[in-house]
Amino acid sequence: MIAHLLRSLLQGILVILAVGLIAFSMFRFVGDPIASLAGQESTDADRAELTERLGLNDPFPVQFGRFLAHAASGDFGISYRQARPVADLLAERLPATLELAVLSALFAFVVGIALGVYAAINRRGVIANGVMVLSLIGVSLPTFLIGIGLIYLFAVELRWLPSFGRGDVVHIGWWTTGLLTDTGRKSLVLPVLTLGFFQLTLIMRLVRAEMLETMRTDYVRFARARGIPERRIQFRHALRNTMVPVVTIVGLQLGSVIAFAIVTETVFQWPGLGALFVNAVQFVDIPVMAAYLMFVAFVFAAVNFLTDFVYLLIDPRLRH
Amino acid sequence: MSVLAQPPAAQAHRGLLARAWDSDIGYSFRTSPVAIGAAAITLVIVLATVFAEFITPQNPFDAAALNLMDGFTPPGEAGAGSGMYFGLGADSQGRDMYSAILYGSRVSLLIGTASVIFSLVLGVSLGLIAGYIGGRIEALIMRIADIQLSFPAILVALLVFGIARGLIHPSLHEQMTFAVMTIAIGLSNWAQYARTVRASTLVEKRKEYVDAARVIGLRAFPVMIKHVLPNVAGPILVIATINLALAVLEEATLSFLGVGMPPTQPSLGTLIRIGQQFLFSGEWWILLFPSLALVTIALSINLFGDWLRDALNPKLR
Repeated sequence: MIAHLLRSLLQGILVILAVGLIAFSMFRFVGDPIASLAGQESTDADRAELTERLGLNDPFPVQFGRFLAHAASGDFGISYRQARPVADLLAERLPATLELAVLSALFAFVVGIALGVYAAINRRGVIANGVMVLSLIGVSLPTFLIGIGLIYLFAVELRWLPSFGRGDVVHIGWWTTGLLTDTGRKSLVLPVLTLGFFQLTLIMRLVRAEMLETMRTDYVRFARARGIPERRIQFRHALRNTMVPVVTIVGLQLGSVIAFAIVTETVFQWPGLGALFVNAVQFVDIPVMAAYLMFVAFVFAAVNFLTDFVYLLIDPRLRH
Repeated sequence: MSVLAQPPAAQAHRGLLARAWDSDIGYSFRTSPVAIGAAAITLVIVLATVFAEFITPQNPFDAAALNLMDGFTPPGEAGAGSGMYFGLGADSQGRDMYSAILYGSRVSLLIGTASVIFSLVLGVSLGLIAGYIGGRIEALIMRIADIQLSFPAILVALLVFGIARGLIHPSLHEQMTFAVMTIAIGLSNWAQYARTVRASTLVEKRKEYVDAARVIGLRAFPVMIKHVLPNVAGPILVIATINLALAVLEEATLSFLGVGMPPTQPSLGTLIRIGQQFLFSGEWWILLFPSLALVTIALSINLFGDWLRDALNPKLR
């Protein structure tokens, strides 16, 4: 078990190193760091001095090592476009993205499992069929169209919810949250629905398929023979065994949450990391792009590790 | 006379089309309404975009053909400036939405197809090399594929786009966007081909015909191309079809985010991005029709791909 977790940890470190190499190469070879830092009127001597001071004359591995050391301490340099430390930009926007991602994951998980179980137990019901149609839509509609559709319905036609921004946020230390104000909560609804929708349909289909499979197994039949109430079989016996693949897939899907967050944040002008990244790509703001990339790699490695850990908690067979 | 009663020689001489019609896949196609519908819609859209010049009332990207007085003409009405009939309405510049959608679909489909070809060639080559040669090269290629597959395609494409922007001189950005988009989307999707091809190559290379080819003195490259490739090609077709739908959606997403085709040569995604600005002012047609076109294209290619996957899957027969 420890060996398993260690292997997962090692894999995560490998991914971070590989992504770090890409991020570093971007710094080094895309655009000219000297040209973007030294002003228009700098002399050749100034430039040479700056090159030396930034350590750009050192061998590649030395520079890469220094880049990683700086990245580990949260130092990603200064944004070319906004002329502010990238670390500050990230810290400022991190709460918005995390709040959105966590809430939508929660929404997708709770509603997805409930609907999936329901659709599996009442296979032929009207709601079960409606649920399956909904999931087909979720798979074939691109995220930005779902977002626009929700804006049209709830912001333009019904005027119930705001269509952009976070509303009023409350500062708690360096953290900001929209959960404590009325406008903040209202602003969260549409982005959370949009980001959660794809996840929701995926989880729902998965839970339904796994539940149908599990309900046919022998141990469920024996549980019935022992006279255990149907509800208890469904939730204590079947659902628990359904959760193993669900947790794995949801963990693996984290990448797509990040991708859909980029789109969702742009549609709703949400001041998060994804929108920052899209802006950075538009203006070739390399330090911001590199930092975002490192952030994604880190989150990816961390969640992968956590998924393996949860896996061990759910499935007792893996503990030995 | 039935087909079975014909002598074998006559059967072999029948046209390719007739043989395809009688094959298992032909039968599966004939009896699947979804497949026929999806193929028909895809075909109509492709033909319409190819011959867009001949079936549209104006060239929507020729500024001289536009009349600003026609701006915001609702669907099914005549423009206030030119008196032209606008079946799907006009946008803020007096551009006919029907024409803009056909030209935009052409850009979307072209980029989608080009990027699928790009990722197919790259992924299949790398997969063949990894599977056939093995060793360190295989480990390196597959590790890169693993790492890339854990990142969403759209993120990879955004990154490639950003890097390409940094490397290309700003004055060339607009001309190069088409190529950059193709490469960005293509690079974000090669790993799946590589994985599939490597897996089947590993199986194929242990078979006698590969040994035989090697024994008669062929080098690795001709064996891979002439002997192994045709035998691993089946699943590639299915992946390519489904990837075409994904590539069209990916392109639309990038353009919608503003990191794709510029408004001077818009794709469907660019048109949706433009249309979104008019969501609150009531000009719904500028947004709705390009969105419908995008969903129709993606859905019909997807449904066709689903059918193809089932038809080529021997387990389902």
